[in-house]
Amino acid sequence: MAVAREATPVESAEDVKQADLDSEDLLQIYRNMLITRGIEERGHILYRQGKIPGSFYTGRGNEGASVGVATAMQAMDVGTPIQRDMGVHVTRGTEPWRIFAQYMGRSDGLAAGKDGNVHMADIRLGLIAMVSHLPALMPVAVGAALAFQIRREPRVAVAWSGDGAMARGDAHEAMNLAGVRKLPVVFIVDNNQYAYSTPNRLEFACDHLADRAAAYGFEGVVVDGCDVLTVYREAHAAIEKARAGGGPTLLELVTLRMEGHAVHDDAFYVPREMLEHWKEKDPIERHRRWLKESGVLGEAVDDEITVEVKKLLNEAMKRAEESPLPDAADLDTGVYADPEELDTPHHR
Amino acid sequence: MAIKTYLQAISDGLREEMRRDQRVFLIGEDIGVYGGAFKVTQGFQQEFGEDRVIDSPLSETAITGACTGAALMGMRPVCEMQFSDFVSCAFDQLVTVAAKQHYRVGTPVPIVVRLPSGGGFSGGPFHSQNPEGFFAHCPGLKIACPATPADAKGLILSAIRDPNPVLYFEHKHLYRRIKGEVPDGDTAVEFGKARVHQEGSDLSIITYGAMVYTAEEAAKAAAEQDGTSVEIIDLRTITPWDREAVLASVAKTSKVIVLHEDTHTSGFGAEIAATIAEEAFETLDAPVMRITAPDTPVPFSPPLEKAYLPQPGDVLAGIERLAAY
Ligand SMILES: Cc1ncc(C[n+]2csc(CCOP(=O)(O)OP(=O)(O)O)c2C)c(N)n1
Repeated sequence: MAVAREATPVESAEDVKQADLDSEDLLQIYRNMLITRGIEERGHILYRQGKIPGSFYTGRGNEGASVGVATAMQAMDVGTPIQRDMGVHVTRGTEPWRIFAQYMGRSDGLAAGKDGNVHMADIRLGLIAMVSHLPALMPVAVGAALAFQIRREPRVAVAWSGDGAMARGDAHEAMNLAGVRKLPVVFIVDNNQYAYSTPNRLEFACDHLADRAAAYGFEGVVVDGCDVLTVYREAHAAIEKARAGGGPTLLELVTLRMEGHAVHDDAFYVPREMLEHWKEKDPIERHRRWLKESGVLGEAVDDEITVEVKKLLNEAMKRAEESPLPDAADLDTGVYADPEELDTPHHR
Repeated sequence: MAIKTYLQAISDGLREEMRRDQRVFLIGEDIGVYGGAFKVTQGFQQEFGEDRVIDSPLSETAITGACTGAALMGMRPVCEMQFSDFVSCAFDQLVTVAAKQHYRVGTPVPIVVRLPSGGGFSGGPFHSQNPEGFFAHCPGLKIACPATPADAKGLILSAIRDPNPVLYFEHKHLYRRIKGEVPDGDTAVEFGKARVHQEGSDLSIITYGAMVYTAEEAAKAAAEQDGTSVEIIDLRTITPWDREAVLASVAKTSKVIVLHEDTHTSGFGAEIAATIAEEAFETLDAPVMRITAPDTPVPFSPPLEKAYLPQPGDVLAGIERLAAY
């Protein structure tokens, strides 16, 4: 029995107005989605060239979900994005060249070579770096929200999880504590229907993961994650509700993981027809179409944006490749923090 | 200077730091209205309010993870595990998240986890453990195990001010049994500086936490018996630990017992013994001896638990054996 609300799609210009977006915002969303996909496509190239040690993960198909949520966050808000959420890093302003440097284990990567792939975040942009153990950052986001509540700050934390990771206890403890204390936190589930090779039906027995919200005393909403504008509208509503003291919301953003779990995985277990079906729903194509139909994006501007993104990313790749590999002497630096580090803005 | 119990000293330290620093808040199970299972935070909610003394659901993962998140937002969280045993439910948040965050991405995580630990009152396998060894193996965490009221206060102050995740083990058997002088005011005790609990010349006992008193009783008996002079080194913190103080004592006495209440294999004593073997082999006149709990869970029934916990008699027997070596 489904209990969560199913979000109606954003269709008309009126809907968009309600979502509080002007044409510049709409184009910025488009640009950010292109940058997001462009980074990951170039990641594949670097990987094939043998320049990325370890594994390589992408969020293809999740660009609308990640960019939509991040666009709805204010600069003062914070978040804990996961492995499919490159769009969050991009939207919050992480420089692409540092992401390429991160992929390649260079010293200008966000983890300076101490950690790899999407295990990164710039705290100055309000993002907290994920760990492999999923969804261990959900309770951490809840703690950020607790800090905001204690200090009566109008800030919101956004916690991400995958559909598979929602089976772990961290998710339950985080949502329960947030519900009990009515914390300013929004929970996002990137439901791309697979956890590695495991489909939704072997992960959970309720109709929707968003149904669980009711058990924690807050609202759950199922959203088409391929529709960036609907994602934005629902995330915006949930974030502002949390900011106003209305407590948490759980948004389940449904997409399909359009590539393997990581680069080594050809996802043979995902039915071909399913992939074809979801390819039609591609979030970038969909937004582009909508922009054109709504007269926000003309051919010339589209070309201009595409060229600009390409240039940005090509230069970023070049700059990243110039970044040195870390010095082996740095192996044992940074295990412990020094007291003066607590004086950085995020720790005052 | 006033005479305080170990428990009062912890409580005073927490209260004074909360008065001094608005960023400090407490979260844990039953710590607010009830004042904590051991009453360490009794009266705190009245003084500091429900926002700074938070009664949480039974959720060690959420408690610890939330501390990390709040710390990253500039707070100075102190959480309480109702018993140190339950920290196993927060292992991931400490070892995977908090301990590695600074190394990975350079963000300090200044949190304190308070851990009422140790046996001696039939708490059984799940309310008596000394789980510090698991965490001493994890780079990025710091660990304090105070033995005296003065250190209990001084180390809680330092723990809260430290920019790293700190596990603060408070031994339940010391809470009300141990009284001592606690200097007034801001008396933070530095991590990694051992304390000479008593000076001696024939043999050194390296220990921490409640075993300091077990060592003291054994040393007293040894002195009365045949005048053996035992030096007791109280490590105070095991991450970092004071190698220099240990090596200096070993250089002086040439015979050493490493004593702890945690179980034997891979206990922290193994690290101390190995370091002495590596660094002070030439100064030794006898093999390093470890006296610890055996490799079993902590048993419930009094005769079993007594056999489990290192007793003064066990330590005295060790002293006699080493002295005769
Ligand atoms: C606690 C934990 N167990 C196992 C893994 C290995 N693992 C990495 S991602 C993954 C699947 C995650 O699925 P989901 O949460 O749906 O996110 P997705 O990768 O599909 O976006 C698994 C099993 C892990 N990272 N963490």
